[in-house]
Amino acid sequence: MRNITRISRLVLASLLLMAAATSAMAAASEADFKTAYAAAETANKEAGALRDQWTVTATALAAAKKAADAGDFDTGVSQSREAEALAKASIFQATSEKDAWKDRAIR
Amino acid sequence: MRSAIHFASAALALAALASVAAPPALAADTPNPAADARAFQKYFIDKFPKLKLADFVNGPYSLNEDMHKQWEEKEQFPPYEFSLDMGKEMFSKPFKNGKSYADCFPNKGIGIRQDYPYFDDKEGKVVTLELALNRCRVANGEAPFSYVKDEMAALTAYMAFTSRGKPFDIKIPNDPRALEAYENGKRYFYTRRGQLNFSCASCHVQNPGERIRAEILAPALGILNAMPIYRSEWGGMGTISRRFTTCNVQTRGVPLDPQSDEYRDLEYYLSYVSNGLPISGPGARP
Repeated sequence: MRNITRISRLVLASLLLMAAATSAMAAASEADFKTAYAAAETANKEAGALRDQWTVTATALAAAKKAADAGDFDTGVSQSREAEALAKASIFQATSEKDAWKDRAIR
Repeated sequence: MRSAIHFASAALALAALASVAAPPALAADTPNPAADARAFQKYFIDKFPKLKLADFVNGPYSLNEDMHKQWEEKEQFPPYEFSLDMGKEMFSKPFKNGKSYADCFPNKGIGIRQDYPYFDDKEGKVVTLELALNRCRVANGEAPFSYVKDEMAALTAYMAFTSRGKPFDIKIPNDPRALEAYENGKRYFYTRRGQLNFSCASCHVQNPGERIRAEILAPALGILNAMPIYRSEWGGMGTISRRFTTCNVQTRGVPLDPQSDEYRDLEYYLSYVSNGLPISGPGARP
């Protein structure tokens, strides 16, 4: 009886995991794209305020927009996430360089 | 007890000595352009001991014997000649209001390249030659030129040509704003940016004379003395603004607007540390 309960729990957990995985694999919606794109744009604007935007971020943002305009929201979301990651890397660079440059200056 | 007093006295004396010998922490960060320029020039002289100081203005052509021969041959029929002729003609042609560029500059604009950029105490900012030329145009009712090539390159080519051989003579007045502009330029020069994580110094301080793809990197010392330049890679002339923006793009960084404060300050810093080296522009580069 105890084993049956354990197996039932395992089956239930597996079913829940499968359901979660299926929903994660579902096609991205326009709303998903808009959220991802807005996050990328915000990060890139922050990089701009630090005067350290990267060209590759702009390229990824443009690709995201182009894909979304064509109705391909999966690509739109993945390119937006790529752009956000790049923008965050440029923010990290600008922040860490704030004082690091001094170590390289000829003395 | 006696030894404790000795120890305390010695400690006090050491502390007093240290306070004299070691400058306050703030002093280490105080900009010292003259010391910077000396150290900057020494770095390159030590790195390339066979090179005469004045030869640094010829960039990669000074670092490689074969390239130097190429340069000598190029100078027989220099690729910047058309631009130089165009600049001379443009410079002497009056604006619609009858005035000309000569009216905007000291010594009627002849032989003054070595004094640019300068710090304008009224504006509280650095003024470059390119900026001064466009301001001259606007003040006389003319549309400004693009900062990166063509007409601007032609005008600066002519003005550099009339200043050839004159040593860079950039001044940093005793004004905290001027020192700040200098320091900002220095910071820009050494700060890594772009996806490739390069600073200007990564190429032009740490690796001059080395190849990056097919190119030999120029030393930062004297790098602006030859501007504007004809670059085979560009297939035409380019100004200092073009040089700065393309460098940013090559590191996968989004370039700033030409003549933005950062680029003006960068030009101020780079020109100042090359003080004493002769103007050789217009130049040609691979």
